[in-house]
Amino acid sequence: MTAVLDRLHPNLLIGLGGIFALLIVATSIVWIIRGAKPDLDLGDVPPRIRSWWVMVAVFTVAMVLDRTISLFFFAFVSFLALKEYLSLIPTRRADRSVLLWAYLAIPVQYLWIGLEWYGMFIIWIPVYMYLFLPMRMVLIGTTDGFLRAAGTLHWGLMTTVFSISHVAFLLVLSPEVNPNGGGPALVLYLVFLTQFNDVAQFLWGKAIGRRKVVPKVSPGKTVGGLLGGLGTTIVLAVLLAPYLTPFTRGWAATAGVIIGLGGFIGDIVISALKRDLGVKDSGDLLPGHGGILDRIDSLTYTAPLFFHFVYYLAV
Amino acid sequence: MLSGGRRASALTRLLRHAFSWLVVRPVVLIGLGLNVRHRERLPQDGPAILVANHNSHLDTLVLMTLLPAGLLPRVRPVAAADYFLANPIVAWFSQTVIGIIPVHRGGRSSSDNDPLAGAARALAAGDVVILFPEGTRGEPEEMADLKLGVAHLAKRFPEVPVVPVFLHGLGKTLPRGSFIPVPFFVDVVVGEPLFGHENHRAFIHELGQRIGSLDGEIDQPAWR
Repeated sequence: MTAVLDRLHPNLLIGLGGIFALLIVATSIVWIIRGAKPDLDLGDVPPRIRSWWVMVAVFTVAMVLDRTISLFFFAFVSFLALKEYLSLIPTRRADRSVLLWAYLAIPVQYLWIGLEWYGMFIIWIPVYMYLFLPMRMVLIGTTDGFLRAAGTLHWGLMTTVFSISHVAFLLVLSPEVNPNGGGPALVLYLVFLTQFNDVAQFLWGKAIGRRKVVPKVSPGKTVGGLLGGLGTTIVLAVLLAPYLTPFTRGWAATAGVIIGLGGFIGDIVISALKRDLGVKDSGDLLPGHGGILDRIDSLTYTAPLFFHFVYYLAV
Repeated sequence: MLSGGRRASALTRLLRHAFSWLVVRPVVLIGLGLNVRHRERLPQDGPAILVANHNSHLDTLVLMTLLPAGLLPRVRPVAAADYFLANPIVAWFSQTVIGIIPVHRGGRSSSDNDPLAGAARALAAGDVVILFPEGTRGEPEEMADLKLGVAHLAKRFPEVPVVPVFLHGLGKTLPRGSFIPVPFFVDVVVGEPLFGHENHRAFIHELGQRIGSLDGEIDQPAWR
C-alpha cells in the first residue's frame, strides 16, 4: 500500500478524494430532497449518481494500482465501446472474421502504449488497420455494401480505440512533462474536466437554456447550456491547473476551451450516430446514463485534442 | 449418466458451478454482455420450461446465466442426441457438466417410445427444462417453424409455466459452423408465461407469436 502511495503524487490522491467528496455531496442532496419531498420524481438522477459511484470507484482503482493495470483498464473501455458500436450498426455476415481482426487491434494498440512507442501508436489504426481491414473484406469477396462496411468499421475503430487510447498515452509520458503528478495527473485533469463539462452543460441548459444549438441532432442542447458549461469548465481548468498540470494560466484556459468545445462536439457526434441508427441510448450497461458510448462520447473528441495540445506544448 | 429427474451428485454440482463461474459467466457477461428486458419474468424456481429461439451453442449458456445461481444443478437443457452424444468426450461433458437431457430428433425412435420422457421426468422432479422448439440452430438470426414437442410436454404439466425468451446477437457471435466467437452484445427479451392445453397447434401458434412479439420489442435489422 505504501509503495502504491509513494508512486503517486499527493495532488493526484487529493484530486481523486475531491471527486469522492463531490459524489458524497451529490448523494446527500438526493437523500435530503427525498426526505423533504418523498413524492417528487427525480427521474434518472438517483441511478445516474449510483452509476457514477461505480465508475469513479473502478477508475480510482485502475489509476492508483499500477500503470499496466491502468492500460488494461483503458483497453477494456475501448473493447466495451467497440463491442457496443459493432452491436448497434448493421454489419455484414461476410465480415464476421474481419470484425474479429478489428477487436484484435485493441490489445496491439495498447501494447504500443505500454512500450512507449509513439510512432506506432499514432499510425497503427489510421494507417495499418485502415489498409488491412478492407483488404480482408476484399479477399473474402463480398462487394455488396463494401464501402459502407469498410467505412463504418474504420470510423468505429478510430472513435472507440484510437481516440480513447490517447488518454492512456498520457499515462506513459515522461514524468518531466508534468512535474505536478506526471501523466496520471493529466489523465485525471482531462477525464474529470470532460465529465464535469458534460454535467455543467446539462445543468446550465436546465437553468438558462432556451435557444437550441443543433435541434436536428440533439434537441436537448441549448446555447445557454453550451456557453454556461464552457465558462464553468474554463474556470475550473484554470483553478485545477497549478495542482495537476504544468500549464500557465493562459494555457490552462486554452485547455478549458478545448475540453469544453471538444466535449460538446463529441457528445453531439455520438447523438447523430444514435439518431441515424434510431436508438435512444447506445446500451444499458450504466443505469441512468445508457451505454458506455453515451458516457465516453465527449472523451472521443477531448482525448486526442487535449493529448496533442500537451504533446505540442511539453514534449 | 444422468437421466431426467435424478439428482446431481455433489461432485457434479461442484463441476457445474466451477464451469459456470470460471467459464460461462466471464464469457457471457464480459466477453459478450447482456441487455436483458423483463428479467423479473424469469422463473425463480422449478419446475418451469424455458423456451427460446435457437441460433448458437451459446444460447444455452446465456439462458443458464439468467437463472439464479442456486438453481444451476437443476437446469436441464434438452439437446439433440445425434449431435451431443456422437463423441464420448462431448457426451460426458454435455451430460455431466451442462446437464443436458438428450432427445432423439425426428420423432419417435425404437429405443424410446417417447422422445420427451427425459424432459417429463425432469419437470416431475422440479427442474427447469430449457427447450429450443425450432429443433435446430438453422440460419443465424432467423427463426424457423416451431416443433410440436413442447406443446405435448406443456399439456402433460398444465400447471408448469412455459416462459418464452427471445435471444438476439448470438447467431452473429457464434453461428452454426463457426468455432471462434466474435463479441457482440446480446439482447434478451423475456415474455409472459404460457400454460399448456389440449390444442397443440393453437399452443404452438401462440408461443410462436409471443416470441415474435418479443423480437419486435428490440427491432433489430436482419443480418445478411
